[in-house]
Parts: sequence; structure tokens; C-alpha cells
Amino acid sequence: MAYKVYFEDVNVGDQVPTFVRQPDFMHWNRFAAVNDEFVYLHMDDEAGRDGGNKQGAFGMGNLRFAYLHNMLREWMGDEAEVRELSVQFRALNQKREVLTCSGVIAEKKVEGAHHLVRLALDVTNQDGKSTTPGHAVVVLPSRRAMAQSAQQQ
Amino acid sequence: MTADKAAARITQEMRDRLNVWSEPRISPPVDLSDIRRWAIAVYWPETPPRLYWDVEYAKTTRWGSVIAPREFNPFAWPAVRPADMMPSKFKRDPGEHSLNGGQTETYGAQIRVGDVITARFALVKLEERAIKLGPALFRYTETRWTNQRDELVKSRIGISIRY
Repeated sequence: MAYKVYFEDVNVGDQVPTFVRQPDFMHWNRFAAVNDEFVYLHMDDEAGRDGGNKQGAFGMGNLRFAYLHNMLREWMGDEAEVRELSVQFRALNQKREVLTCSGVIAEKKVEGAHHLVRLALDVTNQDGKSTTPGHAVVVLPSRRAMAQSAQQQ
Repeated sequence: MTADKAAARITQEMRDRLNVWSEPRISPPVDLSDIRRWAIAVYWPETPPRLYWDVEYAKTTRWGSVIAPREFNPFAWPAVRPADMMPSKFKRDPGEHSLNGGQTETYGAQIRVGDVITARFALVKLEERAIKLGPALFRYTETRWTNQRDELVKSRIGISIRY
């Protein structure tokens, strides 16, 4: 069992470890291949400029979305789960930008048997500019609930 | 950069399509290699978590088997491409562009090897707005995925921006 973090161990305001990538065509093409996402704006600099981005081709929003999931998985461990993830793509991801996924715990609550944590998320570039504000709701394991369950068995 | 005002306008044809659900699209059965390759791509260049590719390890977790990353797309690479990828049916004019504005995904059942996912889509909201690139049309599409046991796998509201 890969428990990494428990509900009781986290507090509002805590930051989760960041997930960082510097994607270029190597990353974009791999993602295009698995997601069948062959869009000229992401593959061709001329098409990117024609689409209004002076620097040419730009990265996929869906890849940034996946990076946020990766950050949550690495923090939570394999036994926890993401219930909701929401983002707004506010800025383009230019080639070789350093993308840092971040998360801050905004709320903790218990609903029935579920120990829920809400996080404020973002992906910032190397200049600290916010590109992908959003939020997530995750279910964490609870030490207390697991102890009670063990006592009942 | 071209800001095509016509591209940013809500038409009657679009209004008529609001809340009209698509015919179901059915994925091929999810294969372990589909999940493994997805995980490698999104974690590149690092090794992805064993939960996404190591069958024996995954058995030791609460999930009991390999599961797919939540953002996994089982509809990639259809043998026969749907001619009409709902709801992007509207004619695109030269100089018209689109962007992914964002999404909210709510998750239910996990996707596992062998699952067959059914998707339905509906255009649920239209909005004319001004963005830095010019006048734009925001289209909100709801997508619902269910598995072969009719369990909800995912509900997604996606925002497509046309300008």
C-alpha cells in the first residue's frame, strides 16, 4: 500500500510539492501521439503564428492538465484519488517554457465517509506568470477512519 | 492575426443545438499498453508511477489492478474516424481560429484494462465575449463517460474559444 499523505496531516495553507517540466516538441509530440491530438497549432510554427501566436507553435492545454494530475498523484500517493479538477487556460504555453505546477490546500471537510481536500492550483511559467489557475478536490486516506475500521474488524 | 467577427457570433443553428445530446461514441476496449503509453507521455522524461503499468504492484494497492490516469483518453485512434465530431459541427471560415479555454472534470469510476467507455456530448452554453485576440465565441460542451457497467466515469465541461 502506498500511503503518502493522510487527511489528518494536512492543513489549510499547506503547499504541495511542485511538478516541473520544460516541454518542447519532444513532450508535445509524445502527448499528441497518445491523445491523437494532431493539431497544426501545436505542430507547426507557421500555423501557430497564423493563429495569432508570434512565437509559433504552442503547447497543449491538455498536457498542462495532465501535469497537474501528476503533481497531485505524486503528492497523494497511489491510495488517494482525485474527484474533481478544473482549470482555465489563461495563457499559451510557449516552447521550452519552464512550467511549474503548484497547489495550496484551501479547504478540508468530511462528507460521509469521504475525507475531502480542496486545493487551489496553477501552472506558472519561468517568469512567475499564472497560466492555468484552477482547483482540485481530492479524497485522502484518514488515519482515524482506518483505525476505527480496524477496531471494528 | 485575424479577428473574424462572424466566427464570434452566436447563430440560430448553434442555439438550436443547445442541450441536444449526441449519439453515443463507444471506445475500443482499453488495453494495458494504452494506459502505459499515456503515462509515459505525460510523465516524460521520468518513469511514470507503477500504478499505471506494473500489474503485480497494482494488485497490492486498494485498486487491485492497474488504473488509468484520470485524464486518460480511451477514444484516441478510432479505426473509423467519425465524420462529425460533435459538437464542432459548425462551419469554420478562413482566418478563424480556436483555443482550448479550460475544463472542469468530475470523476467517478476508475478506468481499468478491458473497460469500454461510452461518451455522449451536448453543447450546453454559448457566450459572446471579447478577448485579447478579438471578439470571441465561448462554447461550453458537457461530456459524460460511462463504462460497460453504466457507471459514470467522468463528467466534463469543456470550454472552446473561437475567434
